Amino acid sequence: MSVRALLEHRLAAILPMAAIVVVLPLLFPSAYYYRVAALVFVFALACIGLNLLMGFAGQVSLGHAGFMGIGAYAVAIGPAHLGVPSWLALVAGAVLSALVAFLVGRPILRLRGHYLAVATLGFGLLLAIVFTNEARFTGGPDGMSVPRLVLFDWPLRGAATWYWIAAVSFLIGAALALNLIDSPTGRALRAIHDSEVASRVLGVDVASKKLTVFVVSAVYASVAGSYFALLNGHITPDVSGFLRSIELVAMVVLGGMGSVAGSLVGAALLVVLPQTLTFLHDYEHMVLGLIVMGVMIFLRAGIVPTIATALAARRA
Amino acid sequence: MPELLQFAFSGLTVGAVYALVALGFTLIYNASDVVNFAQGEFVMLGGMTTVFLGLAGVPLPLAACLAVVFTVIVGLALHRFAIEPARGASAVVLIIITIGASIFLRGAAQVVFDKRFHSLPAWFGSDPIRVGGAAILPQSLVVLAGAVVIVVLLWAFIDRTLFGKAIAATAANRLAARLVGIDTRRMIGFSFALSAAIGAVAGILITPITLTSYDVGTLLAVKGFAAAMLGGMGSALGAVVGGLVLGLLEAFAAGYVSSQYKDAVAFLVILLVLFAMPRGLFGKATAERV
Repeated sequence: MSVRALLEHRLAAILPMAAIVVVLPLLFPSAYYYRVAALVFVFALACIGLNLLMGFAGQVSLGHAGFMGIGAYAVAIGPAHLGVPSWLALVAGAVLSALVAFLVGRPILRLRGHYLAVATLGFGLLLAIVFTNEARFTGGPDGMSVPRLVLFDWPLRGAATWYWIAAVSFLIGAALALNLIDSPTGRALRAIHDSEVASRVLGVDVASKKLTVFVVSAVYASVAGSYFALLNGHITPDVSGFLRSIELVAMVVLGGMGSVAGSLVGAALLVVLPQTLTFLHDYEHMVLGLIVMGVMIFLRAGIVPTIATALAARRA
Repeated sequence: MPELLQFAFSGLTVGAVYALVALGFTLIYNASDVVNFAQGEFVMLGGMTTVFLGLAGVPLPLAACLAVVFTVIVGLALHRFAIEPARGASAVVLIIITIGASIFLRGAAQVVFDKRFHSLPAWFGSDPIRVGGAAILPQSLVVLAGAVVIVVLLWAFIDRTLFGKAIAATAANRLAARLVGIDTRRMIGFSFALSAAIGAVAGILITPITLTSYDVGTLLAVKGFAAAMLGGMGSALGAVVGGLVLGLLEAFAAGYVSSQYKDAVAFLVILLVLFAMPRGLFGKATAERV
């Protein structure tokens, strides 16, 4: 394969991200950095799914943290109450998320715009309320501890291990998403984004395509939620709360809707910023709010698409 | 029966506040298509500013007026420095901007004020009034009366004054409004000011009952948004009805089902209503253009 063909391949966007994954640890002075980076990749994974839904199908979900919650509580409750090994609980959580998304997806996705936003918001809240109140299984508002992931009698511990798991999972997730975008389904989704009526007239099965991407995005969020729980070792209902859902949407929009690399940039921004702004103490939230507003006002297409457009303009 | 009456009154009181927040959402949405998630922060600012001016020795009625003025200034600043520069951006980008603004205002409130809960004295004492076996706080009546006054004033203003009609025209069709010589930018700014004032008044009225702190805005924004959508986005009547229905749902769910699941019941009903009526109770059906 020539260099040119390689650069134009649909998975070309994976290469720089893979390079970042490999090079980044060389710059890490301590385990803390591995941990923060692992968190970035976990949230980026959830964002890829949400980005497929928002950036390509044009459907907003303010309840996606609900699916993260299902994944997170699956790996907590499965081993603790049901004796299921963690890895199987992770898979079961993803299957359950897909099933839930499939069942609620059809009526919810009939709604549009802000009505869809409020319905998904309600859905996420319902899950968070269940996690908070079913204390027998979930430990209630204080949450519960999550047993360590054991694979082939080998317990996975340490921030560095989780860095590699999260990063590789992110790359796989990104590759799958890029494949989906380049498939007939992906083209149909973009058509729906541009005009639902027009795509229906052209023979796109709008309802089923929306449902497909909703289910896919739920699975991404669920797996990310499981990783988040396993990485933290403890979870509370906050994992599926409204603020978490808003954070996911903000990551996608800040990084750039419709850009897989944007999901990584957006997640990195909103995970790393609060960590680095702690030196501001009480002023932390003011600065965070200003940065979010500033990025959206000046880079309204999102960080990655704006930079890409600027580079393309310079080259031309 | 006394039980029912008790739940109904507490539901209407909370519902009146949701209705005012939803009305604020509706005003801004109609004028500018922006869904303003900082709406709850207006409520917080109204209550907190009054509390802290009161602590500084300002007589409470004056403190309340100053709090409304201050919140209006914040609303105008939000429009001028965050919404106006992003004119033409997509709906979701504008939502994220207002969420950024809400994070900023919450952060500023915890620095300028503090992180504790505060209250205000009830206007007419806190001896409950007995009605049909139910005990009603006098402040609940103040909240309800305040909500009625605001809704009537707002209706009279929009319907009876030239300035109000200009706002209605801006909401109906921005391009047409501009063509007949209405300064739509000013009207949008004014609707932000009006929303801020309504939110601040709601915050001042409800603080003696529910207390206030720097972070009460988020939940109010969620509830107000849900109420506005339940009523049908863009409909003022819908906002008021949606707010009251949401308050009543919560109160009855808390009383008859379980207080832990009151929000769950409320949102379940909203979901079912939206499944049956995808444009809310009073929303207008529109055709999508290609």
